Amino acid sequence: MNAVGVDLKKLRAPALLLVLLLLLIALPHARPGYAVVLVYTILMYIVLTVSWVLFSAPTGYVSLAPAAFFGVGIYTSAILGMKLPLPVVICIGGLASAFLALLVGALTLRLKGIYFAIFTFGLVELIKHFVLWYELKYTGTRGRFLLPVGNNTIYYVMLAILVALLLTTYFIKRSKYGLALQSIGEDEEAAAHTGINVTLLKIITFAISAVFTGAAGAIWAIRLTYIDPYIAFDVNNSFMPVLMAIFGGLGQLYGPILGAVVFSFLREVLITRFPYYYMLLIGTILLVSILYLPNGLVGLIQRWRRRIWGGQHANT
Amino acid sequence: MLEIRDLCTFYGKVQALWNVSLQINEAEIVALVGSNGAGKTTLLNTISGLLRPASGHVFFLGQQIDGLPPHAVVELGISHVPEGGRVFPEMTVRENLEMGAYPYQAWQHRGETLEQVYQMFPRLKEREKQLARTLSGGERQMLAIGRCLMSRPKLCLFDEPSYGLAPLLVAEIFRIIQGLRDQGITVFLIEQNVRRALEIADRAYVLENGRICMEGPCAELLESDHVRKAYLGL
Repeated sequence: MNAVGVDLKKLRAPALLLVLLLLLIALPHARPGYAVVLVYTILMYIVLTVSWVLFSAPTGYVSLAPAAFFGVGIYTSAILGMKLPLPVVICIGGLASAFLALLVGALTLRLKGIYFAIFTFGLVELIKHFVLWYELKYTGTRGRFLLPVGNNTIYYVMLAILVALLLTTYFIKRSKYGLALQSIGEDEEAAAHTGINVTLLKIITFAISAVFTGAAGAIWAIRLTYIDPYIAFDVNNSFMPVLMAIFGGLGQLYGPILGAVVFSFLREVLITRFPYYYMLLIGTILLVSILYLPNGLVGLIQRWRRRIWGGQHANT
Repeated sequence: MLEIRDLCTFYGKVQALWNVSLQINEAEIVALVGSNGAGKTTLLNTISGLLRPASGHVFFLGQQIDGLPPHAVVELGISHVPEGGRVFPEMTVRENLEMGAYPYQAWQHRGETLEQVYQMFPRLKEREKQLARTLSGGERQMLAIGRCLMSRPKLCLFDEPSYGLAPLLVAEIFRIIQGLRDQGITVFLIEQNVRRALEIADRAYVLENGRICMEGPCAELLESDHVRKAYLGL
């Protein structure tokens, strides 16, 4: 009896996720139109946030490079979109971003703390202006157009990227590499003494996180239909994942996901309802949440749980 | 087992080690004593690959290891217990130990090694699920030693294991180090606590201003005038 109870408890989370996945798969059939657009926007932010968390949360290296990887994905799609089938374009977008991450990682992952953050931020600006210069000088046009595809296609591709990302994150977290990444964040020198190849592990994880950001960019480009360097390398795409992850809470994997869902939904609602005040409102929400929710939404949920179930869960 | 020849190491332009040569044989405890700033930690960090020597070589079991990165040195069987232990504070005791078994070969045997470490340190088993930051200073040092043993090393490097511990705990840590030798693990011990170190080691080197100025069996060094005056206050 007891054994069955334990087994059921273990199965609860995967079962819940499976139901959620089926609902997401069914959504475009049940409610086509705006709902699909809204949900794939949210999915895109989840991808950005979780891939940021994959590298930056355990290691403590705050990366502001997501916009660079996202933009590389966008441009891959803009250049190859009409020549190659969509899945191939998405894969190349991811790989191109990973390649950039390997290069940047090898150069800069020796930088500590704030220096790494500033360098990655500079990278976004650098690539943006390089692309702008290239386009004006060699193609003579500032932007590019993409052939639109159906909303449902964008939706399913984004969902597939997210599922692949979540599986990857889950397996890394469960393996010894997940623990090793955390030990790098806690004491990098001690981590090296335990036999971890810290440089290699950091670079590879950075690249893995870039794969998904780039892939998301490649499909997002098609939704945008017109892009130029300012749209593709928008620095907001670097800050949003950080904000969403902190808003959700970094301790558990579901924190950043929850943060991305709530925050991007909020953003969407505020943009449509209060187009002039939306940045003001977003800023206020952020300030309040940092002041009163130091551990993000996860911290809030844990506090509620404790109140409902009493002191027995105090340690979780 | 470990041989160091004419090693010179710099911090930028400042030379910290001058032509250091020493030798450690299998299953002995060799101590390196000296005062603050003599270059003891620099020497350990050069052996474990954190620093690169400007000249000179380090050989381990006949293989040249200077210039290898730290993880490669660990894989060859040299494990380093850094000063203060430096356990991972936000990880549990068990996770800390598992990280010690990170190299491929050690990972394959981690269950077995974990049992051995728990047998040596029953306290760690009791506190298996606690975060390392909740441990006392002595327990942390034990955890650091346990983590070092998880890589199944042939040679353990200890950097000031007595640092900041109460005398009773120091005695216990030193007993543990002697126990390692009895299990066939070679120990290279760096200490400021000269008397204690010379009491448990087989041989010792004295490092002053980055140079080795004396060496020999511990009994002899304990008798020497220089050591008695400079380090033992006699």
